[in-house]
Amino acid sequence: MNRIDQIFLTKEKLLSIYFTAGYPNLNDTIPILKKLQEAGVDIIEIGLPFSDPLADGPTIQESSKIALNNGMNSEKLFNQLKNVRNEIDVPLVIMGYFNPILQYGVDSFCYNANKVGIDGLIIPDLPLDVYTNKYEKIFKKHNLHNMFLITPQTSEKRIKLIDDISKGFIYMVSNSSITGAKGTIDQSQLNYFKRISSLNLKTPQLIGFGISNFETYNNAINYSSGAIIGSAFIEFVKKEGINNIEKFIEKITKK
Amino acid sequence: MKYNVDKNGYYGDFGGAYIPEMLYPNISELKENYLKIISEPKFKKDFNLLLKKYVGRPTPLYFAERLSNKYNTKIYLKREDLCHTGAHKINNTIGQILLAKRLGKNRIIAETGAGQHGVATATVCALMGVKCVIYMGEIDIKRQAPNVARMKMLGAEVKSAKSGSKTLKDATNEAIRDWINNPVDTHYIIGSVVGPHPYPDMVARFQSVISDEIKTQLLNTENRDYPDYLIACVGGGSNAAGLYYNYLENKNVKIIAVEAAGKGISSGESAATSILGKEGIIHGSKTLLMQNKDGQITEPYSISAGLDYPGIGPMHANLYRSKRAEFVSVTDDEAMNWGLTLSQMEGIIPAIETAHAFSVLDTMNFKPSDIIVFNCSGRGDKDLDTYINYFKI
Repeated sequence: MNRIDQIFLTKEKLLSIYFTAGYPNLNDTIPILKKLQEAGVDIIEIGLPFSDPLADGPTIQESSKIALNNGMNSEKLFNQLKNVRNEIDVPLVIMGYFNPILQYGVDSFCYNANKVGIDGLIIPDLPLDVYTNKYEKIFKKHNLHNMFLITPQTSEKRIKLIDDISKGFIYMVSNSSITGAKGTIDQSQLNYFKRISSLNLKTPQLIGFGISNFETYNNAINYSSGAIIGSAFIEFVKKEGINNIEKFIEKITKK
Repeated sequence: MKYNVDKNGYYGDFGGAYIPEMLYPNISELKENYLKIISEPKFKKDFNLLLKKYVGRPTPLYFAERLSNKYNTKIYLKREDLCHTGAHKINNTIGQILLAKRLGKNRIIAETGAGQHGVATATVCALMGVKCVIYMGEIDIKRQAPNVARMKMLGAEVKSAKSGSKTLKDATNEAIRDWINNPVDTHYIIGSVVGPHPYPDMVARFQSVISDEIKTQLLNTENRDYPDYLIACVGGGSNAAGLYYNYLENKNVKIIAVEAAGKGISSGESAATSILGKEGIIHGSKTLLMQNKDGQITEPYSISAGLDYPGIGPMHANLYRSKRAEFVSVTDDEAMNWGLTLSQMEGIIPAIETAHAFSVLDTMNFKPSDIIVFNCSGRGDKDLDTYINYFKI
């Protein structure tokens, strides 16, 4: 069974952390993964940096730029992850924009991802119809889940379509916004969380974008299977480095 | 219609809508409504009236006599530089502001490179009393100062894009991010035939008035409604799309697209996308774009801010791949010299973007009987500083 499906069967209220591969230093990928596993993180999203991250705010734009300057690319990431499954059991997802994957070759990318032990991909700018027409077979061949996003603007009809096709989890974007910490969850967001929760979708939902601290994390997990933190984690790493990652995780999960 | 968009939003292998889910509702709303709205008689009437009374259309198709004598052929200039605000860009912004109003949007955002599209957008927003935010790269803000001042005077807020290369590509990224953050009340007026479907088709349709008029105008002067050659500069490609639009299926018409070679194709400082680009995805569209082997989009360069875009519209990528159009590239120096030549031979100071197109006259052979139509897409007022510095005037 895919590790992502396994974790949803065995645990509730998951915490998923996103980080940009190659940031702050090119070879921090494995050390960050180890720290996140030790700190008890349930799913880890490894960001493949892109020059033009359309859906990302300033924090991930900056970390992506630094990672690219450090020389990160698909080939280097797969090399770093070659033996990752000797040490890391946590479900691993690669999140990246489509063009670098397209240039690498979608089939080769999926082949290598599966080979090193990646469980799924999140590609924000690969649309649903293109995926189902052209790439779904490739993902299945390599036993990779493809996770889709929904937003407060996504129609119920489309949410049901996405739920049908989804494997792993649905990435529920918390607000109409790009990535980045805002520090609070407002009433309209809570109404949206309740609305989605009441749809009883077959695919579990993780709430991401704007989740940054104990309050926002707890608000999110009340209405979903868990939450995803990206920008706030990268801000922490920027200030504190990668040695005290467990402190960041503790602050999120325990008041 | 081999060269126009198909029902799925593709031009051959190119086009589509590679957008994050956050933009899906906005793009679907446009896709489902744009053809219906722009074919309504009332919309057409409003659009044509504004083009006539406000923009000053039809623009002349001017026979350039001295240039024709020198090159021993028949050269016409489609005078888009005479449009209100000084370039063809306003044809599209008039269309899109009318569309936005019908969709109930009360806030407009746009990206701009040279500032021409930003000015054209700020102008129609002032005309309609709609809030306007323009994204412009930090570097472009410096090199196109007069246009920045014009936008501000027209009441627009100009926001500086400080990410990446700080030019058109990054201004576009910032505008897309703004749209993600403001999905309900805002319409994004893209200025070129780029971006996710239906933008390339929608912008091309609004610009097609250029070749509509040429048909009638040529019939009056040459007794036939088509030329032998159509020549335009291509950055994203909106003026070229408008020039070619009604002639795409007419095989008697040869189509030439002129790209900016910057300091030379192999100099590493160029914007010749068809030669240097590979198939990939930029700003929601599959097209030819300049990128490294890892699929990271590279920084283009051209002396003209309107041509240094790392991609071309998907329609143009298809014209290139299908060989319907011939693509040539022209260096900064060649373009600048043509800026001066056109000024002194015809009394027309062109935008540097526009000046690129004329270099074809030095490299291609035309017959005395050939009818050549250049799109004189914009005037050079905004480029005076660049001209002054280059020629030490």
